[in-house]
Amino acid sequence: MAISMRTAPYRVHRDPDRCIQCQVCVRQCANGVHRWDDEEAEVVSEDRECVNCHRCVVYCPTGALTISRSPLDYAANANWRKPDIDQIYLQSETGGTLLTGMGNNRPYPVYWDHLLLNASQVTNPSIDPLREPVELKTLLGRKPDSLELKKGTLAEPVPPQLELEVPVMFSAMSFGSISLNAQKALARAAIDLGIYWNCGEGGLHPEMDPYTGRVIVQVASGRFGVNMDYLNAGAAIEIKIGQGAKPGIGGHLPGEKVGPEVSVTRMIPVGSDAISPAPHHDIYSIEDLRQLIYSLKEATEYRKPVGVKIAAVHNVAAIASGSVRAGADYLAIDGFRGGTGAAPLRIRDNVGIPIELALAAVDSRLRAEGIRNQVSLVVAGSIRNSADVVKAIALGADAVYIGTAALISLGCHMCQKCYRGKCNWGIATTDAYLSKRLNPEIGARRAANLIQAWKHEIKEMLGGMGINAIESLRGNRLALRGVNLTSRELDILQVKAAGE
Amino acid sequence: MRVEVKLDAKGKGYRQLNSEVRQALEAGATQILLDGVNGHYYLGAGLRGNQRLVVNGTPGNDTACYLDGPEMVIYGNAQDGLGNTMNNGRVIVHGGAGDVLGYGMRGGELFIRDSIGYRGGIHMKEFKEKCPVIVIGKSAGSFLGEYMAGGRIVLLGLDSPEGQIIGRHCGSGMHGGCMYIRDTVDRDLLSPDIMNVPLSKSDEAFIRMCVSRYGEYFGLAVEQLPAGSFLKLVPRGNRPYARLYAGV
Repeated sequence: MAISMRTAPYRVHRDPDRCIQCQVCVRQCANGVHRWDDEEAEVVSEDRECVNCHRCVVYCPTGALTISRSPLDYAANANWRKPDIDQIYLQSETGGTLLTGMGNNRPYPVYWDHLLLNASQVTNPSIDPLREPVELKTLLGRKPDSLELKKGTLAEPVPPQLELEVPVMFSAMSFGSISLNAQKALARAAIDLGIYWNCGEGGLHPEMDPYTGRVIVQVASGRFGVNMDYLNAGAAIEIKIGQGAKPGIGGHLPGEKVGPEVSVTRMIPVGSDAISPAPHHDIYSIEDLRQLIYSLKEATEYRKPVGVKIAAVHNVAAIASGSVRAGADYLAIDGFRGGTGAAPLRIRDNVGIPIELALAAVDSRLRAEGIRNQVSLVVAGSIRNSADVVKAIALGADAVYIGTAALISLGCHMCQKCYRGKCNWGIATTDAYLSKRLNPEIGARRAANLIQAWKHEIKEMLGGMGINAIESLRGNRLALRGVNLTSRELDILQVKAAGE
Repeated sequence: MRVEVKLDAKGKGYRQLNSEVRQALEAGATQILLDGVNGHYYLGAGLRGNQRLVVNGTPGNDTACYLDGPEMVIYGNAQDGLGNTMNNGRVIVHGGAGDVLGYGMRGGELFIRDSIGYRGGIHMKEFKEKCPVIVIGKSAGSFLGEYMAGGRIVLLGLDSPEGQIIGRHCGSGMHGGCMYIRDTVDRDLLSPDIMNVPLSKSDEAFIRMCVSRYGEYFGLAVEQLPAGSFLKLVPRGNRPYARLYAGV
């Protein structure tokens, strides 16, 4: 076996004065970093396997462990950085397509951080949400062009809508990419909060039956788990065309992750790859998309919204317009920083555009075409906090999807190794031993706490602007000012510069 | 008790027609005769039960999508997307069918008297006792059985003694299930992802059963149908991309 030229990216430091040789770290690490050495009669650690997930650090009862980035670097070179060199070593050793997890980690601009919110001073009073109601209720779905009343009641029923207490939903994460306990935690939180969770393209495990009242079910190119029970279970149906972390490509759930439970849910044999092709092979045009949207509406008798999820790509505004005309009741747009359980590195890091620009472009286009009312916009990739939510709504979103933030609330430490299936936090794994580490009750409480906290923060930001209903902020770009942006970027965002 | 209902599709849009079909079934119809069908989408979409729909005419795209039990008999040609994501039941087509036949099909049976278009049976699945079956009388277009993950496709190759009965890239990305194709095909048309293996006794019995049911549905004597040799095409592995990736 040839020596690998790749060196350990992290160093594990064990303070010998603090370590009591209790071996908690040995039991907690699924990567095999820590082991008991019989000869030395002590715990030893192997740096090379460490992914810096902090599981051992958090669980060490004496605080004996710390992890640091390896100080080892190559000769200073602003062009050939360490990852560039390491990735070539890895590819020349394996011949493999580079695979990674979570969202884009490259230093592209984060436009949320260049947008600032307004507040009332003197001329219109701000509102204190602790004393006055601030309405966050949001309805997702097609809004009619007009309402007709006959004898005081609606002549035509309003198209089906999703009713959210907070304009935040948990984005699509399949059982398989995350553990059943992680899915249960988010589903329970969604029910408690009056929002929705999305089961992704993995079908619905029978144990998720109690949580189907608030589930959005996904139909993707692999059509895994799609049958009438599944379609009937969903509060809404979402056609997944693309994902921000990997626009233009499909998904491969590796056979290692297809254990007995995933097998039942996806209806494929244990150990078989679960392959979702890059395109839906029945959709090669907007007309074909319309055909799938209406086949789902027809099969569910027009009782629930049918949405379409697309990745933010260069001509997203035209695609969005076509999708609305094809009959989408809501459109989910996933920016290029969106998370994933597994994506080819080059795709994740180089394909797609930021959600802020995509959202502004889509909202402007739909308004210019006079069809903005026909669709709700849900944006994702990535929303990190309540200020991002408020800015997204001011740019034109109806609601946001959060995936990464929701997983962090459950304990994700962003090690970006989801694709390995060995998540020490019990989140991105289907291993029964590891999954048990995530208690769905505790997880649900943590995720619900996060959204409750955001809910109050959103109300405070709205109240500060003198706005008492989120409806009044939607697409109100006068509530935003840009800093450190070019005039071209400001034009696309349709936002004034700070000071204007 | 047999309750037959007749519906005339003429002058109706698909939404109205499908709604009338559902209403008739809810009212207890066990068989519905649909006349004048001409391009109506989604006939049979998501219907459940053991009723029978007889369609006279040319149904539109996505006929029998998500179908979950009933039998549909079509006297005419089916268009694209027949049996899309179908779960259970049977469709018998007295004619040909278009592209993406049985996409992501999870169970049930499709019997097509004539030929089908591109991408037949792609991404079909199979799980435990649920095993979808597609039987095609004549020929199929390119990408037959692409990404196939389970189920059975039987291609009889009737009326094509010399000609090719499949297009190119047959079985590309296939990682489950099995195709029985009448052995008149150029091997270059087969994807490198699949291989030809000898037929077992049970394979032969299965093909015989499909042939005799094909004859029965379409009124042909079994003697007129081929008894000759079939290729049995199966994937080389259920992990086609196992060595594709290297985790960073």
